Amino acid sequence: MDANIVPSKAMPVQEMDVYTDTRDYLAPARRDAREMGFADWFICDIDAHHLETVHWHEVIEHIEDPVVRHQAMMYQKERFGAPPYGLNGDLGLRYQDVGGRIPHQSGQREKVEETDVHRDVTLTRRAMEALCVDKMVVFPTPMLFLGMHPQVDMEVLLTRAYNKWLTERVLPGDEGMASLVLLPFNSPEEACRTVEEFADKPGVIGFTVTSTRYKPVHANEYMRLYSMIEETGKPIAFHAGYHWQDPSLATCNSFLGMHALGFAWCNIVHMTNWVLNGIPERFPKLKSVWIESGLSWIPFVMQRLDDQYLMRMSEAPLLKQMPSDYMRQNCWYTCQPMEKSSEVGLKATFEMINAKTQLLYASDWPHFDFDAPRVIAEIPWIDEESKRNILGMNAANCFGLEPKLRWK
Amino acid sequence: MRTVRICREDELEDQGKTVVEIDGLQIGVFRLGDDFFAYKNLCPHQGGPVCQGRIYQRVVEKLDPDMKSRGRDFDTNGVHVVCPWHGLEFDIRTGKFAGASDVDIMSLEGYATQVQDGDVYVIVE
Repeated sequence: MDANIVPSKAMPVQEMDVYTDTRDYLAPARRDAREMGFADWFICDIDAHHLETVHWHEVIEHIEDPVVRHQAMMYQKERFGAPPYGLNGDLGLRYQDVGGRIPHQSGQREKVEETDVHRDVTLTRRAMEALCVDKMVVFPTPMLFLGMHPQVDMEVLLTRAYNKWLTERVLPGDEGMASLVLLPFNSPEEACRTVEEFADKPGVIGFTVTSTRYKPVHANEYMRLYSMIEETGKPIAFHAGYHWQDPSLATCNSFLGMHALGFAWCNIVHMTNWVLNGIPERFPKLKSVWIESGLSWIPFVMQRLDDQYLMRMSEAPLLKQMPSDYMRQNCWYTCQPMEKSSEVGLKATFEMINAKTQLLYASDWPHFDFDAPRVIAEIPWIDEESKRNILGMNAANCFGLEPKLRWK
Repeated sequence: MRTVRICREDELEDQGKTVVEIDGLQIGVFRLGDDFFAYKNLCPHQGGPVCQGRIYQRVVEKLDPDMKSRGRDFDTNGVHVVCPWHGLEFDIRTGKFAGASDVDIMSLEGYATQVQDGDVYVIVE
């Protein structure tokens, strides 16, 4: 035995669980950030999440309809062992943590002692600090399924309640937090009202269509909405989701298969309708952002639509360019979850989408397939300017943000 | 080369682990029966704290002679550490990514272990 035996020290956190502090959980990302000098980079995370249902009792206080609000409050107060009032959710939510293998997906029950701001502000700050993110956009989680709610009125009421709760009780707690407020898209009229009322609220940098829904995005009833959003100068985002009851996805017997396809499928359909119906020609200044579908679907759709358009141009008469041109020039994409198993494929994707100007960093923290900023920073075949653009400057340009360095 | 003392042998139960730090280097030490295995606490996937993840038994699918699926089960012969960041599973005996077993996808960075006089040691370059 070596005479120079070195002692070791047991790590304070032996095993990560749902009670682990976000800063401990993401400590390796913080170390990477220090080593890579991210404090000097403007990093904007376009898609992180909070679990709005933890505070559902607060959200429902903002339901406008007094009868529904009363019903919701009584339900939250007295009903035991039931899902949050009014939400439809999806079966898949039960599988996301892979049976406890990925605890941060299950919940963030860590201790929060700060009382000056909302708990979600503290949790977001901790993630921002660990990931060295200067600006973080937060999205809800189960509410991403609201587009499938059988009651359109409930989608409207809950979406409005959430937007009010978020902009009044959460976002004011930290200027680094931002929102692309939810549009109750199944009611075009109410979606327009949302733009009118929330466009100028502090922290609101755009608008979100939760993509899991069956309404066609090119329907005439949405043109006023797109015109209004274009006028604000803020982007419209399509945040992907899945829907296991979709007849084709219902054939998938695993969350793995259903989620892999579902999170791309909804945006594949919406993008196809968006481009072929010439929405970018009708609203040339309207910026669209496609969130959380990964990247590999984009070259597929680009090539597929280009190929078919050549043979059937009379079915898409508004187009003055190839479908892929609109997808490259008028659309922005978030990177997460960035499919990396084929470098050849990823390189081609970056080239085809013009990643240097159109790609936006997104973490998706705290979900199971989150990406830390290193996924972009460690790519060996793009230059530093591209990395800085993707991690923050493209978002600054797209959303009109001041690239303020928070951690310098 | 340094010899690092980790703990007493009996302080680690079967299928248990401890994660230690030596001058900034984080190492997870795992026990399977009388064998000890040590790996750097760094997931080759995205740099997650792999050794601070939970330990799971391998999941297998049961097929009958007609190749029909008869559901899944745990295989007590395969013990994995699961990276808590993204769920990648690594075989504790080999350090290899435990899926796609016919191909070499990625592996944990391993260290030699020794047991002497009831103490567990890891040899660090």
